Amino acid sequence: MAQKVTIEPVTRVEGHGKVTIHLDDNMNVVQTRLHVVEFRGFERFVQGRPYWEAPVLVQRLCGICPVSHHLAAAKALDVIVGAGTGHGLTPTGEKMRRLMHYGQIFQSHALHFFHLCSPDFLLGYDADPAIRNVVGVAIKFPELATQGVLMRKYGQEIIAVTAGKKIHGTGAIPGGINKNLSIAERDALLNGPAPLNIDKMIEWADAALQLFKDYYMKNRDFVDNFAYFPSNHLSLVRKDGALDLYHGVMRAVDAEGNKILNDVDYQEYYNYIEEEVRSWSYMKFPYIKHLGKEKGWYRVGPLARLNTADFIPTPMAQKEFEIYKAHTNGKPNNYCLHTHWARLIELLHSAEVIRDLLRDPDLQKDDIVTKGTKKFEGVGLIEAPRGTLFHHYKINENDQITMANLIVSTTNNNEPMNQSVNFVAKKMMNGQATITEPMKNAVEIAIRAYDPCLSCATHALGKMPLDIKLYNAKGDVLDHYRS
Amino acid sequence: MSETVKFTIDGKECTAVKGQLLIDAAADNGIYIPLLCHMRDLVPAGSCRICTCKVNGRYMSACTTPVEPGMNIESNTAELNDIRKAIVEMLFVEGNHFCPSCEKSGNCDLQALGYKYQMMVPRFPYAFERRELEASTPKIFLEKNRCIFCKRCVRLIKDEQGRSIFAFKGRGKTLEINIDKKLAANMSDDLTMKAMNACPVGAILKKEVGFINSIGTRKYDKEPIGSDIEKIHQ
Repeated sequence: MAQKVTIEPVTRVEGHGKVTIHLDDNMNVVQTRLHVVEFRGFERFVQGRPYWEAPVLVQRLCGICPVSHHLAAAKALDVIVGAGTGHGLTPTGEKMRRLMHYGQIFQSHALHFFHLCSPDFLLGYDADPAIRNVVGVAIKFPELATQGVLMRKYGQEIIAVTAGKKIHGTGAIPGGINKNLSIAERDALLNGPAPLNIDKMIEWADAALQLFKDYYMKNRDFVDNFAYFPSNHLSLVRKDGALDLYHGVMRAVDAEGNKILNDVDYQEYYNYIEEEVRSWSYMKFPYIKHLGKEKGWYRVGPLARLNTADFIPTPMAQKEFEIYKAHTNGKPNNYCLHTHWARLIELLHSAEVIRDLLRDPDLQKDDIVTKGTKKFEGVGLIEAPRGTLFHHYKINENDQITMANLIVSTTNNNEPMNQSVNFVAKKMMNGQATITEPMKNAVEIAIRAYDPCLSCATHALGKMPLDIKLYNAKGDVLDHYRS
Repeated sequence: MSETVKFTIDGKECTAVKGQLLIDAAADNGIYIPLLCHMRDLVPAGSCRICTCKVNGRYMSACTTPVEPGMNIESNTAELNDIRKAIVEMLFVEGNHFCPSCEKSGNCDLQALGYKYQMMVPRFPYAFERRELEASTPKIFLEKNRCIFCKRCVRLIKDEQGRSIFAFKGRGKTLEINIDKKLAANMSDDLTMKAMNACPVGAILKKEVGFINSIGTRKYDKEPIGSDIEKIHQ
């Protein structure tokens, strides 16, 4: 008799979702879906609001990476106030925003590695779920857990001095920023008492990366064979092909590394990206228009970024990038769990960028806002921790927002997450009548690799526990797991 | 010559010119009585009642009561502070106040009083009134959802011929603040800023300057409302 497995809610990711696995009469997996079951509607209720309110209002989508929404909205409004994109801002304006953004990347990547995914690596995928969590890590590896907490704190401190507070600040305004970095703020971050200074952060970021690499060398078969599937990859890259998480042009490559989008000005993203709605999820499915729905879906995030970028413009991260790329002979990396590796290279890169920015005297200058001829439409793209984030606004002659379109990182990863879950389900659940703990965790690991934020993706509120349901062909629930 | 009178507020001996409004006299003696509708030198409105005190045992609004010799005034008492907290709560539930995305946050008197009286959850049900925004004037964004009907703008903001640029429309539940679009079209930047600064909440916004003050530099980021007055006589 055909069956359906549902995993609901999914744990140690941001937001709330569930997984359903359909089995046929021979107990083979025929279809797996990650359902995102939250709904909010930010795109609707910002309509009518004054445009300068958007960066502060829309960031309330999320408490994990509000800075990304804050900056993506501000970048879109830069266009509207005539400041242009990227280098259109004053050096102080742009660099303060970069500092805020890389602080955000640093804290979010540290949070993901140490708090969300390290329990799997350090304690084992098959460890007792009661201890396979951040508390378990803190008990067994207290020094490492402390590093995780302090790295996140350091990133949050950067956000506080650039945005005004650690969560939901107001630093970025249309055309620039509302404060520069004082000498005292700079010195505290640069040379503060250990461990909260940039040199220690770089050291710890490097150590976290080496830790993962050690794990990988010992568990190469598992990591390489867990949810490997070819896909397209999309991200911003700097005009010269460098990894740039704040600004650049859109680039997409296929599984073989052929450029399928290159040097695309994101103001025209809608000519290249389209979103599909499916009845069973509140999260949309974006795809590259000219490739169509079947072939046009793509991955975003750390794995995608290191596949689209030609190099990393900081020395330590570049060295690690070369090692990482050598593993796939320079070709795109399509190993799902290598996302963690890529994320940790970005963590190191972020720390290096933060160090360079803190040493830049432009951050102490007073020329912080620039404006030009007003426009009535603007698009802002940024590489959020979880991937490319799109904000698109239109305003009327009264300065009110008339249209908002947000394509959030996790939304971009919707199809890849479904693909990963399907891959794992087929591998582990074919012929199985019940859901075992390792099965549940394998499904979660596949989803967690993307560090998804399902709240952001549907613009929804809440935490994300795991819910799995098993259905037969008639739609009867045969097994149900809820954490 | 003006006659000086003596009176007490919460037992403290105070002096003022006879006839001076109690709320101003208290401030001159270093005592903060909360206010929302009152502005010194404007004709008193007495509309918000947050300054309610007990004068010789009777409830009186401090912004409409002239001081007299020998008055015994109670202000900072548990009973009066709870009444004031209730008024703040009523103002919050009567309008639509979303501090997290309001550009007046940190500079807002109503928000500051909410903190002062430690308002957590209003004791009254939210009204969720739906009021339209007025964004069609060139310099002002009028957020009617946040208006607390203090009438400061109506009394203070006039054009060169003395005509009020703001006015109330409707009565009772349908009362709302309005702006004369013709007069507003000629407002200077200075007058626009004066209107925005006079508004104790975020109802009157000068366009395109939102969030220009970073967190930490706003009016109530470092000190609670009334601290400036209480410092005078410390």
